[in-house]
Amino acid sequence: MFEVLDYAFMQRALLAALLIGFAAPAVGIYLVQRQQALMGDGIGHVALTGVALGFLLSANPVWTAVLVSTVGAVAMELLRSSGRARGDVALAMLFYGGMAGGVMLINLAPGGSTANLTSYLWGSVTTVSEGDIAAICWLSVFVLVVTLGLRRQLFAVCQDEEFARVTGLPVRTLNLLLAVTAAATVTVAMRVVGLLLVSALMVIPVVAAQQATRGFVMTLALAMVFGVLVSVSGTVTSYYADVPPGATIVLIALGLFLVVSVLALPLARSRARRQAAREAVPVPEAAGVAGA
Amino acid sequence: MEQPEPVIALRGVSAELGGRPVLRGVDLTVRRGEVVALLGANGSGKSTAVRAAVGQVPVSGGELALFGTPVRRFRDWRRIGYVPQRSTAAGGVPATVREVVMSGRLALRRLRPLGRADRAAVDRALGLVGLADRAGDPVGSLSGGQHQRVLIARALAIGPELLLMDEPLAGVDLASQRVLSGTLAALTAEGVSVLLVLHELGPLQPLIDRAVVLAHGRVERTVDHPAQLPESHACHPADELPPSAAPSLQTGIL
Repeated sequence: MFEVLDYAFMQRALLAALLIGFAAPAVGIYLVQRQQALMGDGIGHVALTGVALGFLLSANPVWTAVLVSTVGAVAMELLRSSGRARGDVALAMLFYGGMAGGVMLINLAPGGSTANLTSYLWGSVTTVSEGDIAAICWLSVFVLVVTLGLRRQLFAVCQDEEFARVTGLPVRTLNLLLAVTAAATVTVAMRVVGLLLVSALMVIPVVAAQQATRGFVMTLALAMVFGVLVSVSGTVTSYYADVPPGATIVLIALGLFLVVSVLALPLARSRARRQAAREAVPVPEAAGVAGA
Repeated sequence: MEQPEPVIALRGVSAELGGRPVLRGVDLTVRRGEVVALLGANGSGKSTAVRAAVGQVPVSGGELALFGTPVRRFRDWRRIGYVPQRSTAAGGVPATVREVVMSGRLALRRLRPLGRADRAAVDRALGLVGLADRAGDPVGSLSGGQHQRVLIARALAIGPELLLMDEPLAGVDLASQRVLSGTLAALTAEGVSVLLVLHELGPLQPLIDRAVVLAHGRVERTVDHPAQLPESHACHPADELPPSAAPSLQTGIL
């Protein structure tokens, strides 16, 4: 039916795009909730060091990137929770260290130069190999199990950490799990959108969805739909129009955000009117809470 | 006559925040069924005392026990409802009133999924604070007083034996203050013990069994049945509404 599905490399590309479309907003929503939308970018920069390490050690760069970005994400979470460094400062350090480390290591690798990093920086979905697909599948399953299975717990922790601790939730473990999950997502998505645009796929679908939703679970569901929509349509578009997939996906996502924002405007207005009308109606005073 | 078992017992408790001593040997006991108010100026240590009681501020000296267990070893969090100071920062993602109150049930469920009993408990808690009809609304659309009631419903969703509240009346309009005092009266009638931080007693004054006034991290004085404390008046723009225009309890509309 679709010519695009005739090629094995495009089948792999679309499968990767599909998985990432689901997984990236599922993690991103918790980062946005905690107002750490840029954390994905921080991890992305650290992952660059991991990729370069893969070249240096002649190992699969996906797995070394998972390893190094996990260490980076955990370190960042520990810094944040100990309150020793402000979130934005910790993030800035991560950006610089990750970039510098990547460039340094790739130049130490035999025959390596920054050119090797380009496909990871900007994504190159059409060169995704069988081995990459296996890694992407496993990591996506892990990410979805954590972010959907523990959504109430993660919601509680990101909404009000102190309250979550007093309910006896293992807050530190959940925070570290979220950091590891974010690192896994970044490395999954780097082959498709590239490390520099990874965070866009974690953040934009969520921000677009919340223009139209009132609750967390609805936002999560809609963000995942949007994520799949933009990643798959962006990959297909990049094939037919012969344009870079990462940039295409991100620009489509931004377009979707604008469309949803404009469409949601009258919706929000009518809601506000209804609520104002409801609050203006005088209600007879109830006798205490005896009836509750 | 034997006195009921203490649910919170602080003996000579001291605590530091960032190396600065905030509590310097506080003695405080809340017995079963009592409503105790912590009063004092800003920086007197009243919030720190409550946060230490729920294990959120490490105790550097003295003894602190919940239900007879030292707080460090206390794990039975389902007996406790905690209402932290209302944060001004809203979360980055919308959440409905029901979703926020539902997280109060996690003390019972931990990592297990939530079920029908949890939904019923959340409905009941929302009814208690008069927000049953707002369950599906985003928290961001509520007034300060309504938001405070959501946080109280979240603490009540677990059916706690002890309720700790940090400044539940701060920035709350008179209508919500009245709902809160009604909720509190209903809870104490069921035997729930309460420790709450207040700036002034306000409409809660008839419910308070004991007021403990802190100053510079020490107990300055303790007043039983504090009718004699000078009552200052709440000041909130919404207070000027005639009583008939004030939103009141609407239960059973869900």
